[in-house]
Amino acid sequence: MISIQDYALPATLEETYEVLTAKKSNTILGGCAFLRIGSKKIGVAVDLAKLNLDFINEKNDSIEIGAMTTFRKIETNPVLIKYFNGILPKAVSHIVGVQLRNSVTAGATIYSRYGFSDFITALLSLDADVVLYKGGQVSLETFLEDGAKKDILVKVIIPKTDRKAVFQTMRNSRSDYAVLNAAVSNKENDWKVVVGARPQRAKIARAASHYLAESQLTKEDIEYAAELAANELTFGSNIRGSREYREAICKVLVKRAIMEVLA
Amino acid sequence: MKINVTINNQKRELEAAYDEFLVDTLRRYGYLSVKKGCDTGSCGLCTVWVDEKPILSCATLSVRVNGKNITTIEGVQKEAKQFADFLVNEGAEQCGFCSPGFIMTVLAMKRELAHPTEESIVHYLTGNLCRCTGYAGQLRAVKKYLGVV
Repeated sequence: MISIQDYALPATLEETYEVLTAKKSNTILGGCAFLRIGSKKIGVAVDLAKLNLDFINEKNDSIEIGAMTTFRKIETNPVLIKYFNGILPKAVSHIVGVQLRNSVTAGATIYSRYGFSDFITALLSLDADVVLYKGGQVSLETFLEDGAKKDILVKVIIPKTDRKAVFQTMRNSRSDYAVLNAAVSNKENDWKVVVGARPQRAKIARAASHYLAESQLTKEDIEYAAELAANELTFGSNIRGSREYREAICKVLVKRAIMEVLA
Repeated sequence: MKINVTINNQKRELEAAYDEFLVDTLRRYGYLSVKKGCDTGSCGLCTVWVDEKPILSCATLSVRVNGKNITTIEGVQKEAKQFADFLVNEGAEQCGFCSPGFIMTVLAMKRELAHPTEESIVHYLTGNLCRCTGYAGQLRAVKKYLGVV
């Protein structure tokens, strides 16, 4: 059961940051999709609705996604469908249902560093950066690794390249959360292999990514890279699958994703 | 906190606690078509529209709909009845508890999908669970309602 003592709807980022940092229990509201199943005691619930952070903008060399952009907008946005093989729309399109995706936001998902996230896995394969109000622009990978300092995630910036990216997921049922997910991308032999829902948050499989860049990309190379990814990452057990199952599935999803990128 | 909303084209001033969810506020004010199912954002029973978009009222804080337009099935009765006839004709109605949320999603889909196909219909309705029917009758009804061959 959650409890909220007060509610604020600030008009500027500065004001938002002031309210947010005034007390430890003050918290930014995202899409609130998972709020009900938690037991958080929130002091002031800070709503970003007035900050105009609901946007997907195509710039000359990048695509920017505002923190309050919903997954449904990401799923149906023509720019995101066009770039990177449509990996972002594909990654979010099986998350529960349309109704939930009309609420879940990009910023809250990233800021919460959800382990089960499909979106973070796909985004990590695209060299994305996040822009924080105080922390400035940092790579998504750095942001995910760093401890949680209170800040406001303003937007995500994705370099607009011809990077080809593929998302793979294993689910117990179509609208359930992933047992495991994987994203593989390539741009001019710069490979990125990412695995998420391990059930820990998504991580780049460095050894597998480097191996692909050095290899001849034969069938054996692809299988070896998938094996490397499963060996270098750690996996855990939860209600959706065991550690051993995830490790086995990882090899399959990574192999399929590499083959799809090469197709 | 007082929230000013338009519900089914009627302006209303509602009182809601900061941590109250929309499903509970709406039911407290008599909109009993909005059902509580899983209460965890998984089943779609509590679907209403906020500014014409289907959302889960069990996963939406009431304070966040201040100033917005809310539509429950009471607000689209004529359309709902039209679709309900298709459900009945296909034998797709059993206990009926999930019907209000399901119908709200179908009517939203009708507005959103310009060229629905069986695949896009199934995809759109994935967030609505029904424990009785097995979905086959519902899918037949939706396809006939939308004119999908």
